[in-house]
Amino acid sequence: MTAQKRDVILDIKGLRKSYGDKIVLNGVDICVERGEAVVIIGPSGCGKTTLLRCVNGLETHQGGTITIDGREAGSKNFDWILVRQKVGMVFQSYDLFPHMTVLENILLGPLRAQKRTREEASGQAIRLLERVGLADRVNDFPRQLSGGQRQRIAIVRALCMNPDIMLFDEVTASLDPEMVREVLDVILGVARQGMTMMIVTHEMGFARVAADKVIFMEGGVIAEEGPAKEFFTLPKTERARRFLNTFYFE
Amino acid sequence: MRNSGFDVLLSLNNLRRLMLGLGGTLEIAAVSVAVSVILGVLCGFAMMSKNRAVYALFRVYLEAFRIVPILVWLFLFFFGSAIVFGANLEGWFVSVLVFSLWGTAEMGDLVRGTVLSIPAHQWQSAEAIGLTPWQVRRFVIIPQTLRRIAPSAINLVTRMVKTTSLVVFVGVTDILRVGKQIIEFNMMKNPMASFWIYGFIFLIYFLICYPISRFSKKLEEKWSY
Ligand SMILES: Nc1ncnc2c1ncn2[C@@H]1O[C@H](COP(=O)(O)OP(=O)(O)O)[C@@H](O)[C@H]1O
Ligand SMILES: [Mg+2]
Repeated sequence: MTAQKRDVILDIKGLRKSYGDKIVLNGVDICVERGEAVVIIGPSGCGKTTLLRCVNGLETHQGGTITIDGREAGSKNFDWILVRQKVGMVFQSYDLFPHMTVLENILLGPLRAQKRTREEASGQAIRLLERVGLADRVNDFPRQLSGGQRQRIAIVRALCMNPDIMLFDEVTASLDPEMVREVLDVILGVARQGMTMMIVTHEMGFARVAADKVIFMEGGVIAEEGPAKEFFTLPKTERARRFLNTFYFE
Repeated sequence: MRNSGFDVLLSLNNLRRLMLGLGGTLEIAAVSVAVSVILGVLCGFAMMSKNRAVYALFRVYLEAFRIVPILVWLFLFFFGSAIVFGANLEGWFVSVLVFSLWGTAEMGDLVRGTVLSIPAHQWQSAEAIGLTPWQVRRFVIIPQTLRRIAPSAINLVTRMVKTTSLVVFVGVTDILRVGKQIIEFNMMKNPMASFWIYGFIFLIYFLICYPISRFSKKLEEKWSY
């Protein structure tokens, strides 16, 4: 083989997760290479959120392996607290810390978890805020911001940790429609800069342009996966076709 | 002309004695509040343990202090100690003990309720940026708990201060007892003394508790988000 060595950041193999008797993930395999944007779609309740939460250790899994940067979760020198600094996550709920200003929100991780200097970290924070068009809001509190602005700040907060991979869980799902675009544009910008990401979304137009690879989940398993272009123009499975059809009026 | 009786308050000696009595009460209140805050926070966090037996035990303890009047608790410890130890515990000590036990239970319940009221995603997004469990509490959970708990904690403190007037029944020389002594001493020549003395005590309690509740309002405004 002459192909160059693949640079795998995240390797999930046979992942199983259940809550009591209820099986939520039933053997999921996903491999994410550096710079790749993987979009995960599927009906509500199929396990997308659970999958992302397993990847940064907010949930424990019952079977299979999660390997991040070559280290397997649960192995000897694997520490979720260190790994989470390299795995950025943005949730559906607005999750900024309400008692802190925008800047304090962004700097909490860099200063306390990563022990960086305030000077260096706030320089980066300001640059990132400029990029998302919110530099003038550094000293505002989250309550003073709109939902879309809060989600952009949440993205900046994750980015400022210099993660190796970013996880987005339906970050526009609770936004008013007119704010969806500004948030998706930011995510798209981050993707174009080469950030590795796993994105759960119901925005099919966005998925189409942002995704390198699409994974379609149903009932805790991957029902279909493939390059974005193929998947959206010609889904191989009937189930994926039916799912996509629910997004279009005919 | 009929004596208005106001001059009981003009006696320096009377005022000094009232203030000394007040000092005794406030001392009991201050010590009990301090103990309650410290033990209450520990108690509150302990109550969040998943152990149901621990929690059930705490509920019984808390309800016992809610259902049984504080005065009965004071008597129980004061006269009970004579039976158990053969000698009365000091009234001051019994008071601090009962008020601390009560305060700890109420404070523990407040802390527990408040911490649980903080949304799960606050814990999770703090964990998600790689903070250690202690850092999550230190920077995210405790500051929000403080803001949420301040009004009801301060309310508890004023309730405790007010209730310390009961210590007179276990022989502590508090402001009420001093007031009563002064009234009785002046009974003959000044029948209005009780009005002025109790009025004065009313004012004193108001002057202590009002600023505390003002302060709580201010905090609430400052910390609203
Ligand atoms: N904490 C939990 N306890 C029990 N069941 C849960 C819990 N979280 C999620 N589930 C269940 O797991 C399934 C998958 O949920 P989720 O991963 O949130 O789906 P999705 O994000 O794809 O909508 C759902 O059926 C949900 O009810
Ligand atoms: Mg979900």
